[in-house]
Amino acid sequence: MNVTVTVNGLDRSGDVEPRTLLVHFLRTALDLTGTHVGCDTSNCGACTVLLDGQPVKSCTMFAVQADGRSITTVEGLKQDGRLDPIQQGFKEMHGLQCGFCTPAMMLVSKALLDRNPDPDEDDIRWALSGNLCRCTGYVNIVKAVQWAAKERQGASA
Amino acid sequence: MYPPPFEYVAPTTVDEVFAILAERGDEAKVLAGGQSLIPMMKLRFAFPEMLVDVNRVPGLDYIDDADGYLRVGALVRHNDVVASDVVGRVNHTMAAAAPWISDPLVRNLGTVCGSVAHADPLGDWASVMLACGADVVARSTSGERVIPMADFITGPFETALEPTELLTELRIPKYGGRGGGTYVKLERKVGDYATVGVATHLDLDSGGTITVAGVALTSVAPNNIKAVEAEQALLGQTPSDTLFAEAAELAAGAAEPKDDVRGSAEYKRDVVRVFTRRGLAKALEHAQA
Repeated sequence: MNVTVTVNGLDRSGDVEPRTLLVHFLRTALDLTGTHVGCDTSNCGACTVLLDGQPVKSCTMFAVQADGRSITTVEGLKQDGRLDPIQQGFKEMHGLQCGFCTPAMMLVSKALLDRNPDPDEDDIRWALSGNLCRCTGYVNIVKAVQWAAKERQGASA
Repeated sequence: MYPPPFEYVAPTTVDEVFAILAERGDEAKVLAGGQSLIPMMKLRFAFPEMLVDVNRVPGLDYIDDADGYLRVGALVRHNDVVASDVVGRVNHTMAAAAPWISDPLVRNLGTVCGSVAHADPLGDWASVMLACGADVVARSTSGERVIPMADFITGPFETALEPTELLTELRIPKYGGRGGGTYVKLERKVGDYATVGVATHLDLDSGGTITVAGVALTSVAPNNIKAVEAEQALLGQTPSDTLFAEAAELAAGAAEPKDDVRGSAEYKRDVVRVFTRRGLAKALEHAQA
C-alpha cells in the first residue's frame, strides 16, 4: 500500500505492507534511524515519535495508520541549524549516558513543554513515566527538562 | 517483530464498517487504538485475516453528558478521559481510573471502548463499567443492541459482542442524587497490570441513604467481577465506617486471587479488603462534597 506521511515537515511516501510497523518505515524506508527499537513489546518507549504532536510508540502502530498524518522524530528537533532547547538541556545537564532512550525522552519532554511550559518535577516524572532509561539516569533527565523549560521561558520573555 | 500478514481496510463511515463486518466479521478485527491488539499480533497470540481501522471514521470521539448518561464514543482515548472536564464533573470513578491506565504513551492512542471490547481479564476499564452499571452499545447492519455490562464479559478475552458488531458507545448512568466513586489500583510499575484494582460507585438520596452501590474488582478472578454481596449489603443503608468495613469483608470474600509474580493470594485478598474500604470512603467524600 502507498502511504504518505509528513515527517519532520516533509512529505515522505513509500510502498509498505499493511503489517509494516511505523518504526520500521521510519528506520528502513526513510533511513531515519534516530528512532530506536528497544523492547519491541510496548514496554520501554524507546521508539517514541510525535504523532500530530502527541507522543506515541511507533512499534505499536502500523505505517498505514500514519497515512496523511504528521510525525516528528528526533531528527526534526533541530530547527534552522539550532538545537532545540530540550537538546541543549540534555547536553548541559548530562541527561544521557548510553543515549539509547534519549531521542524518545527528548520528544516526550518537548511534547510536555509544548503543553505545559512550566512543569514541576512531578509533572515531568509523570510525563516521562512511559519511557525507560536502562542506565537509570532519571535524575539528570529531569534536570535537563527543567533546564529546557527555563531556557524556553527566557527566550519567550 | 512483524505480525502475520493481513488485509487492511480503513473505512470512513460507520455504515461502511458495518457492511465490512457483516461480510468479513468472522475473520476481521476492529483496530481502534491498537495498544493491546498490535502487541498480541506481534507475539502471534492474535492473527486476524483483516484489520478494519476505524480511526478514519469521524464523529466517534465524543464524550457527551446527555439524557441521564455519560456517553463515551468508540474513539475516545484514555487521555481524552484524563483531560475531560465533563468526566471530572459527572463520573468520579472514570476520572480516577483514567490516569492509571497503562502509561502516558499508550493513553494517547488506546481507547476506552476498545479496552472494554478486548476484555483482557486484567484490564481496568471493565471494573469501572461494572461498578457504575454501564451499558455497552453494539451496532451492526441489523441495528443496535444495548448490553448491560454485567452480561457483556463472558470469559477472558470473550464478550457478548457478535463478530458483525462494532462497540460504538459506552453509556454510564449519571448519579441520581449525590454520587461519587473512585478507582484504587496497586501496580508494581507504570504500565503494569494491576496487582489489585477496586472500582467503587455510590449514589445517595437526599436523606443520605445509599440507593445505588457498585463494587468491582480487577486482577483477582478469571475476569473482572462485581462484588455482588458487598453491593447488596450497602443498598438501602446509611454510610458508616462499620458498613464499609462489612462490605469490604464481603468484597474480599468474593475475590478469587491466585499466587503469582505480583503477590500471594492472601496478600491480594487483603488488598481488596483495604482498597474497598478506602474506595467507599472516597466515594462518600465525593457524594458529600
